[in-house]
Formats: sequence, C-alpha cells, structure tokens
Amino acid sequence: MKIGVVTFPGTLDDRDAQRAVRLAGATPVPLWHADTNLHEVDAVVLPGGFSYGDYLRCGAIAAQAPVMQTIIEKANQGLPVLGICNGFQVLVESHLLPGGLIRNENQHFICRDQILEVENNTTAWTNQFKLGEHITIPLKNGEGGYIADAETLKRLEGENLITFRYVDVNPNGSMNNIAGLRNAKGNVVGLMPHPEHAVEAGFGPDMPEAMRSGVDGLKFFTSVIHSLVNA
Amino acid sequence: MLNKKTATNVDTTKEAKNTPEKHQPWKELGLKLEEYDEIKSILGRRPTSAELAMYSVMWSEHCSYKSSKIYLRQFGEKVTPEMTKNLMVGMGENAGVVDIGEGWAVTFKVESHNHPSYIEPFQGAATGVGGIVRDILTMGARPIAVMDQLRFGAPENPDTRRVVDGVVAGISFYGNCLGLPNIGGETVFDKVYQGNPLVNALSVGALRHEDLKLAKASNPGDLVILFGARTGADGIGGVSVLASETFDADGPSRRPAVQVGDPFAEKVLIECCLELYKAQVVAGIQDLGGAGLSCATSELASNGNAGMRVQLQDVLLRDDSLTPEEILMSESQERMMAIVPKKDKDAFVAIVEKWEVEYSILGEVIKEPRLYINWGTEEIVNVPPRTVAHDGPVYERPVAEPKWIKALNKDTTKNLAKSESPEELATQLMQIITSPNQASKNFITDQYDHYVGGNTALAMPDDAGMIRVDETSSLGIAIATDANGRYGQLDPYAGAQLALAEAYRNVATSGAVPAAVTNCLNFGSPENPEVMWQFKQATAGLADACLELGIPVTGGNVSFYNQTGDVAIHPTPVVGVLGVIDDVARRIPCGWQDAGHNIYLLGTTEEELDGSVWSEVIHDHLGGIPPKVKLQEEKKLAEALNAASLQGLLASAHDLSEGGLAQALVESVSRFQVGARIFIDELVETNKISKTAALFSETQARVLVSVGREDDVKFIGLCEQRGIPVTRIGVTDTEPTLEIQHIASWPIADLKSASEATLPELFA
Repeated sequence: MKIGVVTFPGTLDDRDAQRAVRLAGATPVPLWHADTNLHEVDAVVLPGGFSYGDYLRCGAIAAQAPVMQTIIEKANQGLPVLGICNGFQVLVESHLLPGGLIRNENQHFICRDQILEVENNTTAWTNQFKLGEHITIPLKNGEGGYIADAETLKRLEGENLITFRYVDVNPNGSMNNIAGLRNAKGNVVGLMPHPEHAVEAGFGPDMPEAMRSGVDGLKFFTSVIHSLVNA
Repeated sequence: MLNKKTATNVDTTKEAKNTPEKHQPWKELGLKLEEYDEIKSILGRRPTSAELAMYSVMWSEHCSYKSSKIYLRQFGEKVTPEMTKNLMVGMGENAGVVDIGEGWAVTFKVESHNHPSYIEPFQGAATGVGGIVRDILTMGARPIAVMDQLRFGAPENPDTRRVVDGVVAGISFYGNCLGLPNIGGETVFDKVYQGNPLVNALSVGALRHEDLKLAKASNPGDLVILFGARTGADGIGGVSVLASETFDADGPSRRPAVQVGDPFAEKVLIECCLELYKAQVVAGIQDLGGAGLSCATSELASNGNAGMRVQLQDVLLRDDSLTPEEILMSESQERMMAIVPKKDKDAFVAIVEKWEVEYSILGEVIKEPRLYINWGTEEIVNVPPRTVAHDGPVYERPVAEPKWIKALNKDTTKNLAKSESPEELATQLMQIITSPNQASKNFITDQYDHYVGGNTALAMPDDAGMIRVDETSSLGIAIATDANGRYGQLDPYAGAQLALAEAYRNVATSGAVPAAVTNCLNFGSPENPEVMWQFKQATAGLADACLELGIPVTGGNVSFYNQTGDVAIHPTPVVGVLGVIDDVARRIPCGWQDAGHNIYLLGTTEEELDGSVWSEVIHDHLGGIPPKVKLQEEKKLAEALNAASLQGLLASAHDLSEGGLAQALVESVSRFQVGARIFIDELVETNKISKTAALFSETQARVLVSVGREDDVKFIGLCEQRGIPVTRIGVTDTEPTLEIQHIASWPIADLKSASEATLPELFA
C-alpha cells in the first residue's frame, strides 16, 4: 500500500504526514509539486504548511501546481485524497471541496488541542471512527475560518457532507462549526486540524488518561488502508 | 553616493592612493579616530569608501565584541578537559556543537535582536528568529526548534502593547512558517525595559557528526557562490547604527531600516541547504546576517587562512540603484554564501534550481590571504581579511562599582510587612499568580506551533522544552533558558549564576542531564564604567558557575547599549542550558498527573525574599541581596532527579523559582487539573521561617515532585543517600481544588482562569 505525500515549497508537515502513513502500516511516497507523476500511489495526502508562502491566498498557488493537475483528475475518478490544514485550503482552491477559509476570527494564529465530532464515517478517511465519536487532535492555523454562501451551507448540511465539527470551542469562527468536509463520493476529505500530529503516544495531545497520549489521528490513515484493502 | 549608472565615479583603491587627503565620514559610520587611523595603517593608505564601510560595520560593537572580548575569553579558559570532551565546536563559530552520542550532535545558540525590535517590533522579532535559525543551519544542522526570551516595558504603559503585539506576531509569523516548533521561552515585564525591550531568540539544530560544516574558505579555486534572496536596501548600516548606538531623541536620522523577513524564502533555503549538504557539494558555508557580504566574505576567507576575489557587480539585486558600499553592508535576509569546489558546481546548481533559489557566482578562493573586491574592472577593496573579521579593536574599558549598589543592597525586605493572616496570604497568592510576570503565558504561546515536526516531547508550560532527535532510539535533548534582571541589578555576579542555576535545574526536572550552556548577555552602554562593572561581574559569575557545575559555554551573544539616555536596563544575562536524555519517553512534566501521589519539596527553604516576586508585586520593592547561589546543592539535586527519573519514580517535577512554592503549586495543579492538599506548617517549623517565606521565598536548589505511594521508600532513600532534604508537604487529590491547609482552598478552574485572564485583558 503506497500513500503519496506532496511537498510544495513551504510545506511544513510533510515529514509528519509520512510518519503517520508509516505508523498506520502503509508506505509513504514523497511527491514533488513540480512532478505530474503520482508514482502509482493508492492515495494522496496534502499536508499542512504555508505552500508558496501563502502568497495571494492560502493554497491558491499550490492549486495550480503541476502535481495538482494529476491529483484533481484522479480525485475525480475516486483516488482517496486527504487535505490537512493548508492541504484543505488547496482542496478548496482546487474546487475539489466547496467554500473558502479566511483569517481566524481573533486575528491570531492558534495552536491548541481541539475536540472534533465525527459526523460522517462513510468516507475513505473516516471509516474507522464511530459516528458521533469525539476525537482530540491538534489544531494550528492562522486562516482556518470556514466560510460558504447560504446555499452551499444548506447543501453541505442536507447532503451530509460535513465530516467534522468543532466541539466546545469554535476556535476560528468557522460557519456552522465546520472543521472538515468530504466530497459526495467520500474519497476526498479536507479538514483544518492535524491528524498527523496525533498518531504516536508521547507526541500527541494531552488526554485524560495520560499526557500527550492522544492518537486519534491514526484512524484517518488506517481508514484509508481499510478502504483500499476492501475496494 | 554613487549608483551603477554613474559607477565610473566609484572610489577605487587607485583613487585612494592618489587622494590621501580626502575627507571620509568615519565618524558618522561610528568609528573612533584611533580606529580610522588604525585602518589607514593596516592598508598603508586611506581606505576606499567600500573598505571604510566594511571596517566600520565589522568593527562595530555588535560584530567585533570589542568591549566584551576580554571577558568572554574566560568561558574558554575556566574549563576542565572533562567539560570540553563532548564539545565538537566551541565558541567563535556561528554556534557551538555538542556531541550527544549515537553519532548525533546538536548545535544551539541564543542571540539578541533588541534594538530593531523596538523600532519595528514585527520585523525586528521575525528577522531575529530568521537570523538565529540560519546560524544553526550554517553548522550543517537541521534546525529542530526555537525558543524566545522576551522582556517588555511596564504592561500598563501604552507603548508596551505596540511592542508586545508586534514582537509576538513577528515570532509567530516567522517561526510558524518555518515549520519549527516553539518549545518555550520567557516573557517578563518591567519598566526598565520600556525603551529597550529585549528580544532574544534561541534555535537548536541536530546533525550527524559527519555532516558538520564550518564557515571557511580554504581551497584555492573553489567558487564563492551567493544564493537565496536578492540583495536590497534592507538594514543598510543596521548593524552599526541600530545595534551600537543608544536611542537619542535628537540623534541624526540615517537611512537604515530594520530588515524585512520572508520566512517562505528561508524555509526553502533550509531545505535547499540540507539537500546541498547531503550531496556533499559545499566545502564551507556562512549565512548573511549583520554586516551582510562584508562579514561573509571576510570571515570565510579569514577562517580558512585564505583570500578571495569577488566581483560585486555579479550580486543579484532587488534594487539597481544600490551603490557598492550599500551592497557590501546590506542586511537583506535569507541569503547564504557557499564555498563550492569547481567539480561540484553542476550538482550545486541542479539542487538550487530544483528549489527555485536564485544564485550567482561571485568569484573564487585564492591562496593569498587577501580579499579583493572589484566593481566591474575597478578594484574597490584590497584588504587582509583577518583585519576585517578577527583582528578588530579590543578595548579594556574602565569599570567602576556603581555608587548606588551598597545602598541598594542595604535596603532589604527585612522591614517589609509580612502577614501571618490566612486571608492576607491568600490574597497575596492571588495577586502574585495573576501579576503579568507570573500569570499564564498561554495567550502568547498559543500563537506558536509546538507540534510541527512531530518530535516535541515537552513544551511550555513545562519547565524545559524537549525534542526527540532520533526516532529509532528516542534520544533527545531538553533546553531551558532563564534570566532574572532584578537579581542582576542587586548583584550581577550572583544574578548570572542564578540564571544558570535555574536553567540547569529546569533541564534536570525534565529528566535530562545538563550538558552545555549558551548565553545572551543584555546590558547597557559599555562606555559607562558602572555598566562595564556589571558586565565584568556577570561574566565572571557565569564562567565560575559553569566550571563548578561542569558544563561548558558553547557560544553566545552580547547586546550592549540597551539604555535610554543615562538609564541602563537591569543586567539581563539570559542563560540557556542544553540537556541530553537517552529516551524522551522518560520525560517528566511540571504538573501532577494522578490523584493519591505524595508531594515532596526537595531542598531547604530560607527566608529569602529580597529581589523576589513577592517584594515586587506586594511591596513594589527592589533591594537587598538575591537568594544564595547553591551550586553544589543544584548538582546533587540534578543527580537525584536523574536517578529517580531513570527508575521511573517521578510523576512530576517542577522547579521552584520566581514566586516560590506558591507559584509552583498553582502551576502544578493547573497543568493537568489534578488537585492537591498541601500543609506548610511542618515546613515553617523545620526551616524556622515565616509563612510568607514558606509560600513566596525564592531560595535556590528546590524542586517540587510528586511520587506514587509505591515508590515512596525508594525515592526518599535516593534523596537521603545524597543528603538532599525531603519534606512531604501534601498529597494529590481527586478533588479539583488546591487546598493549602490553614490558608485557603481554591477550585483549580478559578486559579487557572484567573491566571489565564491577565495577558488577554492587557493585550488581546
């Protein structure tokens, strides 16, 4: 099982995403922004960071990168794609997911352990979660406020496309507490928080049982392996 | 000044020989007449304007350490072979390098960016982070974390908010975009820093032994390549003007500007450099920071005992109107200079082009130890590089013990009112833990990414930051930094030692073994004999204490001229200690994790309130003598903590420092919201101290630990064997409250919310 992790100039969490893939039991394959070849990977992760310095708009330039042209084409054919933070912004800029992401409501960058509710467990990236499960994974972003027009929001709610919602605290002013979305097929998922930072005991968020023991993020990666094995 | 279009008028070495009488603005460039004369005697003629620019900036206090050098030497002299046996690179390089075992080395350093951060807080702080990270990168290391040590003016002063907002946003912007976890630091408010905020930044990097790089050009024929961002008008003269002159309302206005940072360019540069190192195509490398090309060319050549021929017109510019002098002095960020063997040129170019990093070949290394710089066909620099980079002036400036210090030392806290009433002590505790210096710093640290990299084992609010270096073996490092300007003002010798002791203790409480020291010495004007005396005392104190603790100083930075008018800041020697831990899974947090554990206070508590937070917050007082330095006790304590950690006996450990026991208790319950019942009566009796001292004394060599009941006997035995006093002062509890018997009881949620409210109320 090979899962590609894209590096754009300015990508920061690529090595973390590769580690998450490895810990979940698959083989990480580095993909380069300027290369249209996906090297026969079975799924793709667009990791967090500040691709192209977040110039113009977060994710806007990355959405035009050569590698994205192939990813967009394959994603429309069903290739599982997970966009994390800046990767979510890239998915939105690529129109693989609707809406947009704007500056956090409080105008500051925010780094915190965030509780999310899993609202959909039928996607390629969430099938190992229970519906309604509360998970804790780190959130760290400056531009994570989800926005969409009223009609889109209605469609997202109506078609059950909202995959994660913030619980207790809406950290960045996202509409309808939206933390993450899926596409209609469920192969493309994007979210602002960082599952790749909650995959290894000792380095994840603090949990009631023990400090820094949170590994809820690992299930994103075991989910995609599960869905690929059973495809 | 001239520009490219009229470059025929450029001041050449030929011109300099022919016009010895020409007046030159040496004074405006910050040189003294003796220094200007010295340059003329080195060259046997007057310098060209380009040479004058180079010497003036390289001989500035900031670059040459001319006032501090004679004192910094003792960090290299007061050492034992045992202390330096793991030191792969010592002081004088971009950053020291320490062997941490398993083929790994780490390099770390703290540096100031104080003056630019007052003028333009956002860019000043951002480029401070950028600069220190490039220093680490230059050693061949992958930067793995950053920390910052911040000191601002009085919180209620309206200008403080401007500086806080800008500095925090600048660090957040630059550090977060680089993908480096921010794992700790300090934030202190005091009116003495009103016109001179201190913005110090620390970075640490890891490398395999064989990847070590040095900033030297030694092989004739190697290419000199400048790569990274283009050169613009940033911070021209910034080093000499901004770092070496006190702010003065009627001072001349010059052209400098604080440098502007682009973290995206730096992130790409980091990855590009690491790939260049891996491909082994770089023989030497130097970052461009203060003094820009003047520094990089002269230092590379001087370090390699060689020379260089450089064509300055080949520098890629952002602004074509820059004169040769300005190009030499420009402090444009995100630039590096590599020395590349000719056979590796193609491989080098392929890698920089992959990362879309611009480069230009400026010239080559020559055997003759001389730096020649041409502007087209005209020679504008012809100097021995050593005289620019290393043989600058050295001053033994006058020192004088401050006239006021005796009176200050006599004005102790002895006569300040000390309450024994529970209500009043409880009120004081709340006043202290909600005061800006003691309150939770979450408002600031929540703006920094501490997760990126996936190797952060500890970060603020724990006592030290800890990073895993090797994912297979779990080998890691811990770092803590400390400084207390109030102690420094009362006694600079002890103040520096206390900063070291606290950082050392913080590293030990995390479970790591202290291994090396870095420092950033922030002081007033060296031209003031009283400040120079403070500096002399502080450096001696630090060097003596390092020798006693057996850990070497690996490098550091001096920031002078932190004063407004005649008023200098408190001596603020920021000391960073690096520790090594064989397995980061052993790390110890600062807070209680489970109910039913015993809480022990290690060490003796004395009536030491002079210079304390209690004296500041409750009585607005600063006087007396700081707490006694207890280095032998600190050493024993660190050994005991390490032994206990190796046996897995400690559920938590938190050092006692500013704010004393009360502060440590509040932080310990707040960390994981595990409550405790505390009794201080025995402490008061056995140590024969007041209740005020029991709660707020800042006696050194003390640590608060929690131990599971099953490990009690072992733990107490371990401490007793080493002669460390152990007092059981309470138990952790399922009730989410902090109860200090016979004083008060508080719900943890109340303590936490009160402590977390202070900074947002001031600055949100």
